[in-house]
Amino acid sequence: MATTTYAGRPVTLDDEGFFTDPGQWSEDMIPELAASAGLDRLTDRHREVIAFVRARYTAQGAAPAVRALSKSSGVPVKELYQLFPKGPAKTAARIAGVPKPRGCI
Amino acid sequence: MRKRIVILGAGTGGTLVANRLRRLHPEDSAEIVVIDQDDEHVYQPGLLFLPFGPAEAGDLVRSRHGRLRRGVEFRQAPIDRVETGAQRVVLGDGRTVGYDVLVIATGAVLLPEETEGLTGPGWGEKVCTFYDLQGALALRAALARFAGGRLVVAVVDMPIKCPVAPLEFAFLADWHLRRRGLRERVELTYVTPLDAAFTRPVAAGALAGLLADKGVGLVTEFGTAAVDGPGGRLVSYDEREVGFDLAVVVPAHGGAAYVGRSPGLGDELNFVPVDRHTLQAAAAPDVFALGDAAGVPTSKAGSVAHFEGAAVVENVTRVLAGRPPAARFDGHANCFVETGHGKALLLDFNYDTEPLPGRYPWAAAGLPLLKQSRLNHLGKRAFPWLYWHALLPGRDLPGIGADMPVHGKKGR
Repeated sequence: MATTTYAGRPVTLDDEGFFTDPGQWSEDMIPELAASAGLDRLTDRHREVIAFVRARYTAQGAAPAVRALSKSSGVPVKELYQLFPKGPAKTAARIAGVPKPRGCI
Repeated sequence: MRKRIVILGAGTGGTLVANRLRRLHPEDSAEIVVIDQDDEHVYQPGLLFLPFGPAEAGDLVRSRHGRLRRGVEFRQAPIDRVETGAQRVVLGDGRTVGYDVLVIATGAVLLPEETEGLTGPGWGEKVCTFYDLQGALALRAALARFAGGRLVVAVVDMPIKCPVAPLEFAFLADWHLRRRGLRERVELTYVTPLDAAFTRPVAAGALAGLLADKGVGLVTEFGTAAVDGPGGRLVSYDEREVGFDLAVVVPAHGGAAYVGRSPGLGDELNFVPVDRHTLQAAAAPDVFALGDAAGVPTSKAGSVAHFEGAAVVENVTRVLAGRPPAARFDGHANCFVETGHGKALLLDFNYDTEPLPGRYPWAAAGLPLLKQSRLNHLGKRAFPWLYWHALLPGRDLPGIGADMPVHGKKGR
């Protein structure tokens, strides 16, 4: 557990860099979160996927794993990896301020 | 008035729930109908051993209808869809079956065609799976021909049935190759989309240690995008490659196709979202799901279907009586993990508790947890008899309750 600051507000992250309290997240944190996840350019397509992960978490209480993310968002897995080369489901979940996808059970 | 309980799927979960409900409800108060598309019940844990040994494939298969108690009606028919609003199941030929309560237990299906190249040239020869009967037999032949080189065990995507099975396959392959005097000529590698050897941290550490002890390489976070049979390589989405001479691949899984054709019933992978404790479907209060078909955050495994059965039977009974579900499944899973050399280790966990060391199910006399032992191996080998003769008929197994036992565990 660690506390850090995004958009001037303190947030708590777990050992793997995921938000422990999604309520601490706000949309204006996205650019800083993306930068710390190693993304140098944030396109509308990135934002679309991040918003989708956030909405999915809000609706179902869990972030989707990559295949579920692709099927439900309509973004092909290949493109997801182009957008988030270090693993789309986890990177998008980090930036969307939600816990690690539990599809990996 | 006589009620009708309809159960879709006559595998582990569907069969044991049907038999328990039949014992609980007199025939004049409830009709029980079980529907499955075929009449072959495969003992799936046995598939792991088939590629290595003389076990006969036929020993693993029995009729589905023969596992059901008298007074349970079995119908063999493909399912087209469920209409929860109309409380009915539509069969492949258009006939309908109405229900008062529906239990979905149609398991998971393999989707090898979802991975580019997996079912292309080399499928069944140098690219195999042991996750179904036909695949396990093809793999047995391929393994018998295998004289050395790169043997890769790869999991394409999660969730899968029995997430320890591919690890067990790697352990057993190491042992098998040693006995054949081939081990030194084989590079054995385990490839997973996860960031560790297993999904749960404490067990992942123990299992990764076992892989290392046996000289099995571990490649993590490998999202398999394509399988190139002729070229002998797996290619990941982030453009890494793992070369192979023989690949043992666990294909992506999904729920049964009819779930996808049933409005509002399934998620994007065709699993059925349920309350993770009551197992009541999000789609409708008179629908329950258990086993691999259910979208709950625990392993897809026969033990889970067994433990879920207790809650489903009680909650179906309550809903039939017009009461809300109250029985709660705690996420209990237990898995014997074959580690080769006639030994196995045992994992026992639930939604809230990681697999811990200790003993199961009794603190003093139980089987050792998270530790290799001959006793665990014998437990696993003795299990088929219990499965056919006690678990499926819905009898209680000695010491094996639905809730995860806390006594006997260390570290709490």
